[in-house]
Amino acid sequence: MARIVGVDLPKNKPVGIALTYIFGIGRTSALKICQDTGVDPMKRVHALDDDEIRKIREVIQQNYKVEGALKAEINMNIKRLIDINCYRGIRHKMGLPVRGQRTHTNARTRKGRRRSVGKAKR
Amino acid sequence: MARSLKKGPYIDPKLFKKIQKLNESGQKKVIKTWARRSTIPPEFVGHTIAVHNGIKFIPVYITENMVGHKLGEFALTRTFRGHGGKLAERTSRMKR
Repeated sequence: MARIVGVDLPKNKPVGIALTYIFGIGRTSALKICQDTGVDPMKRVHALDDDEIRKIREVIQQNYKVEGALKAEINMNIKRLIDINCYRGIRHKMGLPVRGQRTHTNARTRKGRRRSVGKAKR
Repeated sequence: MARSLKKGPYIDPKLFKKIQKLNESGQKKVIKTWARRSTIPPEFVGHTIAVHNGIKFIPVYITENMVGHKLGEFALTRTFRGHGGKLAERTSRMKR
């Protein structure tokens, strides 16, 4: 059982993949962590010994911002934009695309499911 | 594409000069400007700048957090009247 920074532990996956289950660690940083700790990235998580797990945990704690802390930082950044009331902040507030994408069509990720607007009566 | 670092941030020279003058004399005045493309340098903090949005000047009070943004980001150029519905119909008709 490998619990690293909170919650994560897919047992049967290679370490290089399993580490990406941590929010804030992708393929690149996962392989980097393996390199720094000297763990074979193809080794499965259940085959790791305690020492290797400890080392991985240490490297992540020292060098990476993950999970809660990272999410908090992202939210802080968005909150800053909203607080200074700039264009990007306003777009965040309205739930519309922030980076100049079209909204005539598409933009469904930000706008959510389609809502039809009632026809105006004459 | 982002601006080249070599050049440094673009700050409207005229506006910057006016602000410097206010800083030296220690007074606060609202300055009207059309320079929406100007970056906000730390010197602007604490001033109120009236930024043109194409129709009128929107007063923007500059705080510390705004440094590094452009003036135009704080004066919206579009008005959204909403989609459909009785209300939108009425307002658009009134405009005509």
